[in-house]
Amino acid sequence: MILLKLFLVFAQIGLFAFGGGYAILPLIEKEIVNNLHWLTHKEFLEVVTISQLTPGPIAINAATFVGYKVGGVIGSLIATVSVCLPPVILVLIVVRFLKRFETNIWVNNVLKGLRPAVVALIASAAYSLVRGGGITEIKGLIIGIASFIILRTRKLDPILILIIAGIVGILIYQ
Amino acid sequence: MDKRDSIKSKFELALSIFTVFFKIGAFTWGGGYAMLPLIKNEVVEKRKWITSEDFIDGIAVSQSLPGPIAVNTATFVGHKLCGKFGAIVAVTGAILPSTISILVIAMFFSRFRELTVVQNFFKGANPAIIALIVSAVIDIGKSALKRYREFVITLILLFLLIYLRIHPILAIVISAILGIVFGEKR
Repeated sequence: MILLKLFLVFAQIGLFAFGGGYAILPLIEKEIVNNLHWLTHKEFLEVVTISQLTPGPIAINAATFVGYKVGGVIGSLIATVSVCLPPVILVLIVVRFLKRFETNIWVNNVLKGLRPAVVALIASAAYSLVRGGGITEIKGLIIGIASFIILRTRKLDPILILIIAGIVGILIYQ
Repeated sequence: MDKRDSIKSKFELALSIFTVFFKIGAFTWGGGYAMLPLIKNEVVEKRKWITSEDFIDGIAVSQSLPGPIAVNTATFVGHKLCGKFGAIVAVTGAILPSTISILVIAMFFSRFRELTVVQNFFKGANPAIIALIVSAVIDIGKSALKRYREFVITLILLFLLIYLRIHPILAIVISAILGIVFGEKR
């Protein structure tokens, strides 16, 4: 029963994963953390960080991680396959009439309409990660601001920034 | 070519599709748009599996449909080369590296996560990941929000998401409807 639930939840997440990457976070948080309590806020934050430090899309990484936690190896496979299934099916349908899809006025209007939602979703993800315990005290705030400044002014790999911030964490929070 | 040869060449093609996407999946950290140049290099320039124009069409579709761009692009390229079978092979190759690495981490994580050093690593890295996301909001906002109206809709949706805690799917549906309402008429 829990495996079916796992399948349905991640298929739903895959179906609404517009904008890619971070835009998917609020959906995962709503279903997995708030509704089903399969992850705590803290674990969710850790999954996001781990996703960034390992290869692959965040949606898939989250699916594998949550699936394993809920239903072991079988659970992780079910969650991973189900998050991919809707996108794969949709691409296979759309490639049949690619040109008509690309020039369709309805499609274009919907896609343009989705832009504000994608930006709002990512912004709300940042907000709820802060609220969920991502930044709780002054040292964390300083690390966050410093990372942001480095990110915006230097051409440094985001992964490198994450690792450096993690090492700084190990050094200052003893 | 007799039948055995055609099966053999199909198998070889499938194997190389798998290998290429496995490689792409394994070497693109952070996912998303970072992997596009890598995919293009492999399937357009090096292997000449599809033309540059077809690739651009594929990217357009991948971006407009839901789902991770890696998965969508793998489906498109795999399908182009070898039908539905090719699509499944390509997607499997693309997601396997991340699935394996996360599975390994998940298996051992519960044992390690309570260690002080691990907790302190996350205490440092978590604010940085938030900085990354805020930075993404600025970048994506700059490129996606061209008009005053779009900016206002973004702020309203953000308010609805944060304070009224509407479901993210509802935010997506609302903005899709607004896109149709304010969109160009035929």
